[in-house]
Amino acid sequence: MQKTVPVVIAGSVGALMALAFFSPPLLWMREKAEEWFTILAAIAMLLGGTNLCVHHLRRISDREAGWGFSAVTLLTFVITVGVGVLKVGVVPESARNLDRAWSGGYLQEGGAFWWMFQYVYSPMMSTMFALLAFYVASAAFRAFRAKNFEAALLLVTAIIVLIGQTPDRDFLPEQLSFIRFETLTELCKKTFVTAGQRAIMIGIALGVAATSLRILLGLDRSYLGGDE
Amino acid sequence: MLDFLNTLDRRWVFLAMGLAVAIPILLGIGATEQPTAQTQRMFDYIEALPAGSRVLMALDYDPSSEAELTPMAYSFTRHCCLKRHKLYFLTLWPSGPPMLDKTISKVVLGEFDSSGRPMKYGEDYLNLGYFPGEFGAVNPICSNLRQSKSQDSKGISLDALPMMNGVNGGKDMQLIVNVSGGYPGAKEWVQYGSTPHNIPMGAGCTGVQATQLFPYHPDQLVGLVAAIRGAAEYEAILAKAYPQYNELRWRDGTRRMGAQQWAHRLMIGLILLGNAIHIASRRGRGRR
Amino acid sequence: MKRETLIWTMLLAFGAVFLLLRAVATERGVGRQYVVAREIAGLFDETAGKIVEVDPKTITVDDSRYHRMQRATQYVEALHGDTSAVFSLSRTIGIWLAALLTLCIFSYMYRDNVCYKLAEALIVGVSAGYAMVVAFWDVLIAKFLVRLTPNVARYAFVPDTPTGNDTEWLYLVPLILGVLVFARWLPKGKWLARWPLAFVVGTTAGLKLISFLDADFISQIRSTILPLVVFATDQGGARVFDWKQSLENIVLVAGVLTSLTYFYFSVEHTGVVGRISRLGVWVLMITFGASFALTVMSRITLLTMRLEFLFQDWLGIVGG
Repeated sequence: MQKTVPVVIAGSVGALMALAFFSPPLLWMREKAEEWFTILAAIAMLLGGTNLCVHHLRRISDREAGWGFSAVTLLTFVITVGVGVLKVGVVPESARNLDRAWSGGYLQEGGAFWWMFQYVYSPMMSTMFALLAFYVASAAFRAFRAKNFEAALLLVTAIIVLIGQTPDRDFLPEQLSFIRFETLTELCKKTFVTAGQRAIMIGIALGVAATSLRILLGLDRSYLGGDE
Repeated sequence: MLDFLNTLDRRWVFLAMGLAVAIPILLGIGATEQPTAQTQRMFDYIEALPAGSRVLMALDYDPSSEAELTPMAYSFTRHCCLKRHKLYFLTLWPSGPPMLDKTISKVVLGEFDSSGRPMKYGEDYLNLGYFPGEFGAVNPICSNLRQSKSQDSKGISLDALPMMNGVNGGKDMQLIVNVSGGYPGAKEWVQYGSTPHNIPMGAGCTGVQATQLFPYHPDQLVGLVAAIRGAAEYEAILAKAYPQYNELRWRDGTRRMGAQQWAHRLMIGLILLGNAIHIASRRGRGRR
Repeated sequence: MKRETLIWTMLLAFGAVFLLLRAVATERGVGRQYVVAREIAGLFDETAGKIVEVDPKTITVDDSRYHRMQRATQYVEALHGDTSAVFSLSRTIGIWLAALLTLCIFSYMYRDNVCYKLAEALIVGVSAGYAMVVAFWDVLIAKFLVRLTPNVARYAFVPDTPTGNDTEWLYLVPLILGVLVFARWLPKGKWLARWPLAFVVGTTAGLKLISFLDADFISQIRSTILPLVVFATDQGGARVFDWKQSLENIVLVAGVLTSLTYFYFSVEHTGVVGRISRLGVWVLMITFGASFALTVMSRITLLTMRLEFLFQDWLGIVGG
């Protein structure tokens, strides 16, 4: 019962989703399932948020190393959720709703939630990802060594494409344009890169199809977790 | 010297990268690009669409990929506004709505609001906002939009908007233009939207995602604009066709290519230097 | 004082003096933000039974309707050169905060420090909070409550919910499944949490099975079936052998086949199969090399934009 019912649910729902591609009368079921999937994902987000609070509260109560940062995390989490759910600073956007102060969008420009997104979330997310530029440079210097033919092929291609992606590519005369970095880069992308990626894509598609079939047939039950 | 380079503190490499990007920005060095076939095809397809065609603008990115994708989002929107196509903006990313707002306010409202025939909300463009569900949101958008959302981002009923008359979803559009920052993005639009529903689609994407999308071009994607270089190429093509957009203030992608050029030179130098050190060290160990 | 501390103190002092001079002595200032007011106004129309939009500029103080008028003012970013723009303290503080947080994160490049850890703690809290708020408004309210209790949703959350909507009782199913998600906290009822998980896994498996086979398998094979000998028409209308396109097609088809051979592990990679598989590895190495170069390009652009923000939006030393 504990494992049979979920396997039956997964198999029957999955089979309906697959059949709906070929059977128009089943399309409404597919649309409903896709919506319910979204709702469940949002509820799982609530679970995740609760787990986050529990984890950090535990760190604070146990006075673990760095518990002050946990306090900062919790405080910003509560403030963000508070101003977002309560739509602090949001004004009505249309005349027909002027008597309802909370009727504007939660991300309305000028609201408190928008302010947090614009001046805290957005710049920090961008900067976190911008750090990768430094690490890529450091890795290029210390780790990208051509230790064999294949690695050398990878690095030579990388250098050709790096040059071909910027205006440095055009220093060869017109008569030798067929071996200009730009030409080589485009040829590389149109042929070798497309071929390699296509093979990877076909392989992944077969893998996904095989795994999906195993789930639908109840052969793969790893998503149920261990015995509890 | 070899020992010094072998034990070089990586913070010097970080500093070199920082300077390679900062100095061109401070000196205002840009770089123009020659368009490639993939970018040209994207431009030609939008250009060839009859005026007033319905274009679904799916801007699926957030601040972490804004640097690469906002210039191309602006260029696509600008091009579609010049052709007076009807634009349906939406996003699959939860932090995508501010990107939609920015594009609409900068391009549609900022450049076409006070022109001879301004773009009117509900008639020429509309903002459908965020569609939750990741890959699961794509099929309903294409087949039955009202099933997912009955109102736009401002809360106006879709049935009250003139440009939604006779439009059930993406399958009634002449083109999907997707600016993709990762998952969910262009791949999901191809798999669940354009391929099963036979809707023509063009995409702009980050450099990270570009190689994954090459196999879809040209059969499943009419055009592919990849990375900041692609954005600069599109700006160059647009400036050639519409000379009023030749100035650098319209071309964020072109402006960023200057710093890109120097950083690429640094990267190549670091790769070559690192390998030279490796070879020299190996030879030194061989001699001993 | 240690040398490192001395150097950092001097750098910070120099930076502070530069910022102060720039903020005080230049017209543009540092990080100053300006906004314009966007006002909407309405009057309750008793005949229509709803509020009707009016232009606030047409109703003066002397007008009897003035005191009945309802207003809402939103402040939006001012365009460059807008004479009606006013200084915004909250947005200026925001730009300064964004710039300081950016520098805190960049400080990690030198060494892990308190400023970076603080910024990290902030972003974890804000991004988790953001995800929760989006899930609440765009899913739980807009997709769920509107379907299950449209009148409550209209009254309390979304006033523009269409009035003719009936309760869709089918949405009790995701409600029940959603409640079961929390069953993982029950000591004896943890197994119930598998049911919503099974629903999600089954839906995903069913959808991906067909989509991947359609878009990533059949379509890709179709795209690989290319002519190996291509003829083009020259300007005179005669057919000529297009060696460039033919070569490209041959390389593409051969590349796909050799790479697929590498991934085929049911046959041992020896002899002819081994050699073909080796060619496939080379094709894949070229693919990964190009992928690496494009990734590098991507990462550098992200850094470019952050530095542009610091130099242009905050310090104002670049751009107009």
